[in-house]
Amino acid sequence: MRNVNFLALIGRMVLAFLRHAGRLSIFTVTAVSHCFRPPFFLRNVGRQMIEIGYYSLPVVGLTAIFSGMVLALQSHTGFARFSAEGAVATVVVLSMTRELGPVLAGLMVAGRIGASMAAEIGTMRVTEQIDALTTLETNPYKYLVAPRLWAATLMLPVLVLVADIIGVFGGYLVGTYKLGFNAGSYIRRTLDYLEVMDVASGLVKAAVFGFLIALIGCYNGYMSRGGAQGVGQATRNAVVGASILILTSNYIITELFFSR
Amino acid sequence: MTTDAMTASDSDPKIRIRGVEKSFGPKRVLDGVDLDVGKGESVVIIGGSGTGKSVLLKCVLGLLHPDTGSIRIDGEETAGASGKERDRLLHKFGMLFQSAALFDSLPVWENVAFRLIHGDKMPRKDAREIAVEKLRAVGLKADVADLFPAELSGGMQKRVGLARAIAAEPEIIFFDEPTTGLDPIMADVINDLIVACREDLGATTLSITHDMASARKIADRIAMIYHGKIIWVGDAEAVDASGNDFVDQFVNGRAEGPIQMELRG
Repeated sequence: MRNVNFLALIGRMVLAFLRHAGRLSIFTVTAVSHCFRPPFFLRNVGRQMIEIGYYSLPVVGLTAIFSGMVLALQSHTGFARFSAEGAVATVVVLSMTRELGPVLAGLMVAGRIGASMAAEIGTMRVTEQIDALTTLETNPYKYLVAPRLWAATLMLPVLVLVADIIGVFGGYLVGTYKLGFNAGSYIRRTLDYLEVMDVASGLVKAAVFGFLIALIGCYNGYMSRGGAQGVGQATRNAVVGASILILTSNYIITELFFSR
Repeated sequence: MTTDAMTASDSDPKIRIRGVEKSFGPKRVLDGVDLDVGKGESVVIIGGSGTGKSVLLKCVLGLLHPDTGSIRIDGEETAGASGKERDRLLHKFGMLFQSAALFDSLPVWENVAFRLIHGDKMPRKDAREIAVEKLRAVGLKADVADLFPAELSGGMQKRVGLARAIAAEPEIIFFDEPTTGLDPIMADVINDLIVACREDLGATTLSITHDMASARKIADRIAMIYHGKIIWVGDAEAVDASGNDFVDQFVNGRAEGPIQMELRG
């Protein structure tokens, strides 16, 4: 009997997973198709771009500068063990552009923007504002979801580019003021081994992360049910879901770009 | 039960609902609803909480899809309509939501003008003028236009919701519990506004409420829903002499009677 119960539990979990996967797939296809069909709510796109791009700058900038600084410090003390301190500048710039810039910015934005999208759309759902949109002849996918997908996909690469620069600058500060590198040679070593592909791959990652953050945030908000608790649950699922998807897709994209 | 009263006087009703059923999981919320609403008529559906009133409205609007049954608007089948067809049908509707459901990210005037700006592609300046005019029609001053919904009282939110529902001058207006949560005086003000709006626009209205004072004031005909079925329909004046024990109990608000309050809806 206990075995049967156990199997039933597994079965329920599988079914619940499939149900969510199915719903998310349908939501994704519907949302993306509305991204390319008029009418476009440009005012909403603009508002979201400012929210995502401009207002996330402080938090992403702070994350980036301290990551760059700690990276320089760690690689210096680590590399000193086999007398490779000279590689600090290169390690900082490659780590920032390829990995830390996009992933850290992605995770910070998932917490900041993904959560607020889920909470806002979730509240609109439970207070019937989404139904009201429909009765006013406005498709909620076009009005709410598509602008957020566009804005996040377009703005995350910009944010990551800024994060890359600030991160490298953080490494430079520690390198020159604390570790005693010559400023000119630090900058030269930063640029010497940097290839376009390093930065470009990071920006592609950023665009994918932006899309995923907005998608998961909107999805969880859109599907939320049952008042304050439902909205709270949607917000949590949005952050956790987006973070996991960011880390998973990060590996996949890295594999696509660099494993030859 | 007065089946003969279910058919409206008009031979081609504005809204014709037949055999609509809707279940959520094992719970059957609508169990074969039949109802006609004639052109220009005001029908009020009364019934306790959780009897399926809101679900019925949402089915007619297409926000929910009925499991079976037919809903015709102007003789046109809407159950199962989608895409462009549905958009065209929605053009005929205006709705006042129970919680007003104002967009809290937009100022009051943009809420009222929402459909004009986004649906009818009216320039924002013109839409604003109409919005202010509609706000005046529901008794709000022009300076309310630039406030945000969160800055308004419940009664004012309802008024703005009403102004939004009538802004595009729809043919059919739905009122979902228009007086719930308001004090008796404000409730009566809203009732008067509903009657006035209906007379001005000549619109067909379908309302749901459990407020009998409101029902008496705005209804031409009253229908009572119980356990997902319409159990009585009649003229508003006839509601006190319905001869139906369920209706009597509800109208007089008695705890004892054939309707037993379910503790778990």
